[in-house]
Amino acid sequence: MSSIATPAAGPLVEVKDLTVRFTGRDLDVSVVNGVSFTLERGSSLCILGESGSGKSVTMRALMRLFPPTARLDGTVRVDGIDVLALQENQLRRIRGGLISMIFQEPMTALDPVFTIGQQIAETLVYHEGISYRAANARALQLLELVQVPSAKRRLEAYPHELSGGLRQRGMIALALACKPKLLLADEPTTALDATVQIQILLLLRELQREMGMATIFVTHDLGVACEVADKIAVMYAGKFVESGSVEQVIDNPRHPYTQGLMNSTIHADMRGVALDPIPGAPPDLTDLPPGCPFAPRCAAAREPCLEHMPELVLLPGGQQARCLQYAPGSGFAQAPALKASCAA
Amino acid sequence: MLVYVLRRILYTVPIAMGVSLVCFALIHLAPGDPLSAIIPEGASPETVAQVRAAYGFDQPLPVQYLKWLQHVVMGDFGNSIMTQRPVMHEVLPALANTLVLAAAAVLFGFALGCLFGVVSGYLAGKPTDKAVTAVSITGVSIPHYWLGMVLMVIFAVELNLLPATGMGEGGSGTFGLGWDSLQYLILPALTLSVIPAGIIARSVRGTIAEVRKQDFMQTLHAKGLPGRRIFVHVVKNALPAVLAVMGLQLAQLLGGSILVETVFSWPGTGFLLNNAIFTRDLPVLQGTILVLAMFFVLINLTVDVVQTAVDPRIKRA
Repeated sequence: MSSIATPAAGPLVEVKDLTVRFTGRDLDVSVVNGVSFTLERGSSLCILGESGSGKSVTMRALMRLFPPTARLDGTVRVDGIDVLALQENQLRRIRGGLISMIFQEPMTALDPVFTIGQQIAETLVYHEGISYRAANARALQLLELVQVPSAKRRLEAYPHELSGGLRQRGMIALALACKPKLLLADEPTTALDATVQIQILLLLRELQREMGMATIFVTHDLGVACEVADKIAVMYAGKFVESGSVEQVIDNPRHPYTQGLMNSTIHADMRGVALDPIPGAPPDLTDLPPGCPFAPRCAAAREPCLEHMPELVLLPGGQQARCLQYAPGSGFAQAPALKASCAA
Repeated sequence: MLVYVLRRILYTVPIAMGVSLVCFALIHLAPGDPLSAIIPEGASPETVAQVRAAYGFDQPLPVQYLKWLQHVVMGDFGNSIMTQRPVMHEVLPALANTLVLAAAAVLFGFALGCLFGVVSGYLAGKPTDKAVTAVSITGVSIPHYWLGMVLMVIFAVELNLLPATGMGEGGSGTFGLGWDSLQYLILPALTLSVIPAGIIARSVRGTIAEVRKQDFMQTLHAKGLPGRRIFVHVVKNALPAVLAVMGLQLAQLLGGSILVETVFSWPGTGFLLNNAIFTRDLPVLQGTILVLAMFFVLINLTVDVVQTAVDPRIKRA
C-alpha cells in the first residue's frame, strides 16, 4: 500500500466536481453531475435519495467499480490517492484494502460455490500475501468479530446455507478483512427483515467506532440514515441538493425535496394522518431540464427555478441547500409562484 | 457423499434393466424373422423348428428374456450369426478402437470448444465473440460425414499427406503413439471433434457470459482480486452446466459414430453396428447396443457425481 499512498493529514475523502457518464452505442446518460464533498477520517456520511438519483454511482466512483462504459471526471482523492488516475493494477490494491464495500443483496453478492471462509480468506491472501492457512485463521476471527454464532462451523458454510442476516454479517466480515480506512455500504439492510436490519446497523456502527473507519452509506431509508450517520447528503438527479449534520437535515430540512421526503415518511404518531407524498416522478437523466431538476415537482417553485440550476447555498450552521429561495439576488422572492406546473 | 454415490449407483439398476429389455426386444421388434439369415431358403419345416429350438425361440418371451439376461450378466451375448465367433470377441476390440478415436476427438474437441467458449464468453457482444460464434455454429451445422469426405479428398487424395481409411496394421492391439499409428487417427478424430467442439463452445460461452453478469462478480472486483483469481470463480460457477454438456458429448463420442467410422473404415463400434445392421447380425447388434447404452448410463452417473462434488447447491442427501 505504502508505495502508492502519500500519507495525508487532511480529510480521508475529497471528491470534487465528480461526474459519471455511461456511454454506449445507443445510450449516453449522465448519472452524477458534479458532486463535491469531503469526509473526515472515522466519520460517517449517509447519501440519501430515491432510485436513480445517482447515490450508488457516486459511492462506486470512490473505487471506480464500473463497467468499461463509464466515463468519470473531476477529482476523487481517498487517503491522498488520486483514484481516477490509478492504473488497473494499482486500483486492485486499494479495492478491498484501503476501501471496501458491502452490497445490498448478500445472497447474490457472494459467490454461491465458495464457502464464506474461502471468500474471506482469498481477499487476505491477495492483499496481505499471507498463506491460506493463516488467512483461514483470520477469517474465523473476523466472523467472530461480526458476531456470527458458531463461527467455526459457518466458515465452512456456503452462502445458501446461511440466513440473510448471517450472510450479511459474512459480507461485512469480508469487507473488514483488510482493515479498510473507508467502508462503503450500498443499502446494506434493504434486503433484510426489519429485526435483522437493526442488528446489522448497530453492528456496523459499533465496528466503525471500534476500528475507526470512515463509512459512506447509501440508502433511501431515512431511519437507516438517522441511525448510522454523522452527516447526511440528499441527492437528486445526480447532484447533492442538501447536506448537513443528521440533526440539521432531519429536524430542519431546507430543500423542498428533503422536506418532501420527510413528509412522506411514516412516524408512529402519524396514525390516521394522510401521507403527503412528493408528486410526479424523478426526471429523465438523459434529458434534464436547464433549471432546477426538482422544479417540476416542487410546490414552492417559481419562474427563475426553470431557468438556472441553483448552486449549493451555505446556510447558518454549515448546512447547505441547492435552492434559489436561499440564494440572495436570484429574483426568486419577487417572482410569481408556478403552481400550475405542479403535478396534482 | 459416499452414501450419495452409492444411492446414485443403485438408481442406475432400473435404467440398466430397461436398456436390456429394449435390447432384447430388438430381435422381436425388427421386421422379418431373425433366423431368416441363417436358415437356407426352402428348408423343411422340421429343420426350421430345430433351428428355432436351438436358438431358444420356441420358448415364451419372458423365459427367453431371463435366459438371455442370465447369459448377458456373465458377459455372454451369444455368437455372431455372421462369423460364429462370440459377440464379445467382436464388440470389445471394436470398443477399444472407438475409445482410441473418441479419446483423440475429446481431447481436441473439448480443448478447442473450451478455448473458443471462454474467449467468446469473456468478450460477449464484441466482434471477436460474433466471429467465434459464427465458427462454432458452422461447426455444429456441417454434416460430419461430408466434412470427413472433404478432408479425405484434400489430405489423402490431393496432398497425399495422410492415409484415407483404416487404422493401420493390427488395430488397437498395436496402436501406439508413433506416427505410424497416429497418422490414421488425425482425419477421423478431427472430423469427429468438430461437432462437440461447436456444441461445447456454445455452451461454455453462454454459461460464462451468464456467470459474468451475476452480482457477485462485482464483489470479486470490489475485493481487488486479480483477473486470474476471478477466472477461477467464473470457471467453478460455470463448471456444473458445462460438465453436463460435456458428459453427453463424451457419451456420444464413445458410442462411436456410424457415419464417420464408416467413411474412414475405422473398425470401431459404429462400423461394427453398421455391418451388423446390413447383415442382420442381431446378436452383435444387441451386444453392441447394450454395451454402448451402459456407457451412457455410466457417464451420466459420473457427470452427476462430479457435478455434486463441484456445486455445493446440489443436494447431496
